[in-house]
Amino acid sequence: MSGRAPAPAAPAGAPAQRPGGFRGGPGRGPMAMAGPVQKAASFGPSFRRLIGRLTPHRGRLAVITVLAVVSVACSVVGPRLLGDATDVVVAAVGPAVLDRGGLERYLLASVAVYVVSSVLLYGQGVLLNRVVQRTVQRLRSDVEDKVHRLPLSRVDSTQRGDLLSRVTNDIDNVSQSLQQTLSQALTSVLTVVGVVAFMFSISWELAIVALLAIPLTLAVTTVVAKRSQPLFTAQWRETGILNGQIEEAFTGHDVVTAFGRREEVRARFASKNEELFTASAGAQFLSGTIMPATTFVGNLVYVGIAVLGGTMVTNGSLSIGGVQAFIQYSRQFTQPLSQLGSMANLLQSGVASAERVFELLDEDELSPEPAVEPARPDGETGPGAGRIEFEHVSFRYSPDRPLIDDLSFVAEPGQTVAVVGPTGAGKTTLVNLLLRFYEVGGGRILLDGVDTATMSRGDLRSRAAIVLQDTWLFSGTIRENIAYGRPGATDEEIVAAARAASVDRFVRSLPEGYDTHVDEDATRVSAGEKQLITIARAFLARPGVLVLDEATSSVDTRTERLVQQAMTELRRDRTSLVIAHRLSTIRDADLILVMRDGRVVEQGRHEDLLAAQGAYAALYHAQFAGPAVEGDAVEGDAVGVDAVGSGDGTGADAGTTAEVTAGPAVLDPAAASVTDVGSAPGAARGDAPAGGS
Amino acid sequence: MLVPLLRQYLSPHRSLLIGVVVLQLLQSTATLYLPRLNADIIDRGVATGDTGYILRTGGVMLVITLLQVVCAVGAVYLGARTAMAVGRDLRAGVFGHVMDLSQREVGRFGAPSLITRCTNDVQQVQMLVLMVCTLLISSPLLIVGGVVMALREDAGLSWLLLVAVPALVVAIAAIMVRLGPLFRVLQGRVDTVNRVLREQLTGIRVVRSFVREGAETRRFAAANADLTETAMRTGRLFALVFPVVTLVLNVASVAVLWFGAARVESGDLQVGSLIAFLSYLVQILVAVMMSTFLAILAPRAAVSADRIGEVLGTEPSVVLPTAPTTPATSRGVVELRDVTFAYPGAERPVLSGITCTAAPGELTAVIGSTGAGKTTLVNLLGRLFDATGGAVVLDGVDVRELADAELRRRVGLVPQKAYLFAGTVASNLRFGRPDATDEELWEALRTAQAADFVAAMPGGLDAPVAQGGTNVSGGQRQRLAIARVLVLRPEVYVFDDAFSALDTATDARVRAALAATVTDATLVVVAQRVSTIVGADRIVVLDGGVVVGQGRHDELLGTCPTYAEIVASQLEAAA
Repeated sequence: MSGRAPAPAAPAGAPAQRPGGFRGGPGRGPMAMAGPVQKAASFGPSFRRLIGRLTPHRGRLAVITVLAVVSVACSVVGPRLLGDATDVVVAAVGPAVLDRGGLERYLLASVAVYVVSSVLLYGQGVLLNRVVQRTVQRLRSDVEDKVHRLPLSRVDSTQRGDLLSRVTNDIDNVSQSLQQTLSQALTSVLTVVGVVAFMFSISWELAIVALLAIPLTLAVTTVVAKRSQPLFTAQWRETGILNGQIEEAFTGHDVVTAFGRREEVRARFASKNEELFTASAGAQFLSGTIMPATTFVGNLVYVGIAVLGGTMVTNGSLSIGGVQAFIQYSRQFTQPLSQLGSMANLLQSGVASAERVFELLDEDELSPEPAVEPARPDGETGPGAGRIEFEHVSFRYSPDRPLIDDLSFVAEPGQTVAVVGPTGAGKTTLVNLLLRFYEVGGGRILLDGVDTATMSRGDLRSRAAIVLQDTWLFSGTIRENIAYGRPGATDEEIVAAARAASVDRFVRSLPEGYDTHVDEDATRVSAGEKQLITIARAFLARPGVLVLDEATSSVDTRTERLVQQAMTELRRDRTSLVIAHRLSTIRDADLILVMRDGRVVEQGRHEDLLAAQGAYAALYHAQFAGPAVEGDAVEGDAVGVDAVGSGDGTGADAGTTAEVTAGPAVLDPAAASVTDVGSAPGAARGDAPAGGS
Repeated sequence: MLVPLLRQYLSPHRSLLIGVVVLQLLQSTATLYLPRLNADIIDRGVATGDTGYILRTGGVMLVITLLQVVCAVGAVYLGARTAMAVGRDLRAGVFGHVMDLSQREVGRFGAPSLITRCTNDVQQVQMLVLMVCTLLISSPLLIVGGVVMALREDAGLSWLLLVAVPALVVAIAAIMVRLGPLFRVLQGRVDTVNRVLREQLTGIRVVRSFVREGAETRRFAAANADLTETAMRTGRLFALVFPVVTLVLNVASVAVLWFGAARVESGDLQVGSLIAFLSYLVQILVAVMMSTFLAILAPRAAVSADRIGEVLGTEPSVVLPTAPTTPATSRGVVELRDVTFAYPGAERPVLSGITCTAAPGELTAVIGSTGAGKTTLVNLLGRLFDATGGAVVLDGVDVRELADAELRRRVGLVPQKAYLFAGTVASNLRFGRPDATDEELWEALRTAQAADFVAAMPGGLDAPVAQGGTNVSGGQRQRLAIARVLVLRPEVYVFDDAFSALDTATDARVRAALAATVTDATLVVVAQRVSTIVGADRIVVLDGGVVVGQGRHDELLGTCPTYAEIVASQLEAAA
């Protein structure tokens, strides 16, 4: 940098002008720096990989290199012209007349050189900025892409905030480090090389003394970098962890507030924050010492040259002018050298961040899609198709605990299959397997006769629509959120889907209607309404297979009734897999699977299952117990829970369960006529009103 | 915003800052003095071949350099600590403040933007402080010193300083004025990238099931391209700074030679002085150029400071009392007195004129259709919002006058969306009461019908829970959230549709167990289904934000058409 200034005025002792910590500098020069490679185990590979990411921009980098070479040349020629001009002025001292023409020529020439140099500098900056920005853009999109290729289980176990930190903070840091190091590395290296050549042309003895600066600078840089590298790694790791804490605390803000845990959360944050402080203060300090230390090295060499040069002048082996020129060059030489040292350190920080990004990019991915033409079931994806067959399917996370064990059933096209069973019986896993969120461990799942494992995931999923218990709206308008179900849907189709899901009326009551902006934390839309929007989304998708995972649980009954009607309509001619809690909604199902412990313990139609007096019957009685079967109800409840609920391990304490649930025995008679009679806590306390309807 | 923010956050580190200034002052003095010694070595030592002089002066020089290095290292040490401490304090400040805000304010900013403000924006300000401390503090010293020295050499050329320095300043200012707004856009786009990715992570099942990976990738690519585009525009402007600065610097040198030559010719100026003047001019301009680092960092930091200031300047709508009152009794009587709640600027209130009471040992149910205001009511009870009219009163004391800890101990809320934190089952259960024993946890789990599956989880109470509780099913999550509030043992339990993900049998068992164990507390249950609340001591029927009926099931059937309609609709559904 100051190498460009004519005869830097603050030479040996000049403070760092491009310090290690500076972020967001201008573009100046290309290519990887040839700085010392640090010993940290992963630094080398990560560094090479980072540099490798620049290769698509080879062409631009070449242009940048050329520009750098020319501008370095200018920075050598410029001062020389100014020096010549000075000589003209010096010659004018005393009686001589000032050679104005000569002076003018030199000065105009130098202005021209400087203008050219500045223009090149600008061009280089613009190009480099482009290269770096495109590189980090690519890096960001690779991470995003990766998210879609990670197994769901991996995404579930990720601390979101940490992952987000990798995309924002770490990639930002990579960008700034690259920009700065690349901008100067080549210029600095070229300057050093050029100056060394000039020095040898004057005196090899002095040049050797000057060259001592290189190993000394290297040594200083290495010593510091060795210590700062783990600190930089810690700094970015802690930043990620802290980001995770922040993300979680802000997401769970309500719970934190409601439980009055703000102080504790703050304290936990403070301790991590302190760790981040320690790591980053240490890293910044260490990298900040490189500049003063290398400056010292420069001065040491300077004195050495002066001493040796003086001796050489005395014994006549070198002219005074020669020594002066040499000293001038040695200043030009130590400056870029210590800049290189600083850059090496800055790069430590950038590579520490890059490593975190690469770590994510290296995560195991979903099994690849079939390499050859993936299998596709014949026929249309719409109504009429969609035969689902589970053949001895099993799945487990850990070897000793099967989540799905030897599960077989068939859903004929257009049928509604209901899955019931206690929480943890494997109902949700069933859906995860059907849609290949998880891959089956054993057996196979067939869709219209084709093994789903041989289909592409996209094709498989596009044949199904799902409504999940956890509603998810992305930040956008209601219209966009509904349209998510099918790209390219017309406005009429969107409104039709909204009507079908009973969401139209509510949307129209909003001042901005379908253009109302919603997002995850939207407070203007209630949980039930969000659910309706996601149902409308599924309507719009018009799939052959429909999966409803506890979908209507947050919708009030008035709305639910409307939804039920619409669902019945939607289910017509579509194969539907319904995971329901309220048995009332599935009585007309073509097939009911009663699951327990990852197995189907019973299957059949409602009437058949009731007649069989098995687990389903018990469960049903527990829910629909009326006064006439009051005694049975208690019994049924306990048994039902026992039979079905042993997936939860309740078998052992069936007795206690019976005691605890004795409450429902005192059911309000009114409740008997109401669907889904659960036990009301009030009733359980025995202080229920005796009124009837 | 930047200046007041820095003033506030730097003042606790005043002594560090003074240390930095002193050390930088020493360091700069050494820097200004060293060229003199350099010249002496050449003029008197090398030129005359006086090795002894060279060694002596070289020794002095080394001592001074050593001093300079010590000072510089000290300054870097203190500077790094100061900057990082400011960053740490700012982060803690923003984070702490956000925790004090209510759900409403958090929703207004959006969590992703708050996250960026708490990390990336703080980072920008921190970087500015670091640069100022380690580098820029010495610039003014060098500029002033340079000017003084230059004037001593030749006042006749000093008008050049008056041209060169302002020219440089104007050129830089012209660039910076354009950079400022760009940086605002830039940070906004960082927010967007953050938001889109966060949405993809939270909605990953929906994305995958609708096979919208491609669309999501395009959505992200658009946000990414926007960010890149803005970064490139700022980069292009940035790229102008250094060429412009060096050009001004070099042209100024040429001008000095041109005008100086005339003065040398006329005998007004010595050649040595001309060269010295040139050196000082360059030194001044180099120092000015260094200050441009500040100019580069400042706009971005200023934008970030504004964004931080926006958060810090947001008054929490829920303000903790300065002199809290403690209720005389501790029973758990909750009264809503003519409570109204409206979002600022909203046409009609979400809730208006709500008056009702929930008493200990009783079950109070709230029912109403989607959008009737049930969740808002719950949030008022848990003081996640404050009523815009009327008052929520607990045991005779307005909740706004109650100490926060007191309120939180007394009122336990189970929100509709059960949120679990990354950690273990135990750490989640102890969230409300950290000192709860394992036995108490198991007790709560048993009541919540969660003991069995927790026992079956590898590690039991120490089984890991993923962020948001994604590694357990929806029903399990709700039961853990119920257990969490049971561990707290509040006087008032508020369940906001908290049983929705449970199957009917489990639902019934949870309710029954609750009734059996929680006998003297106040229970407030928001429900969708009449069946779950028929036995309630008091049913509050909400419709469109007002209470349209209050009483027992049988009373309401006759007196409240809305309630009758709800009951009828459910009967019909059953039929």
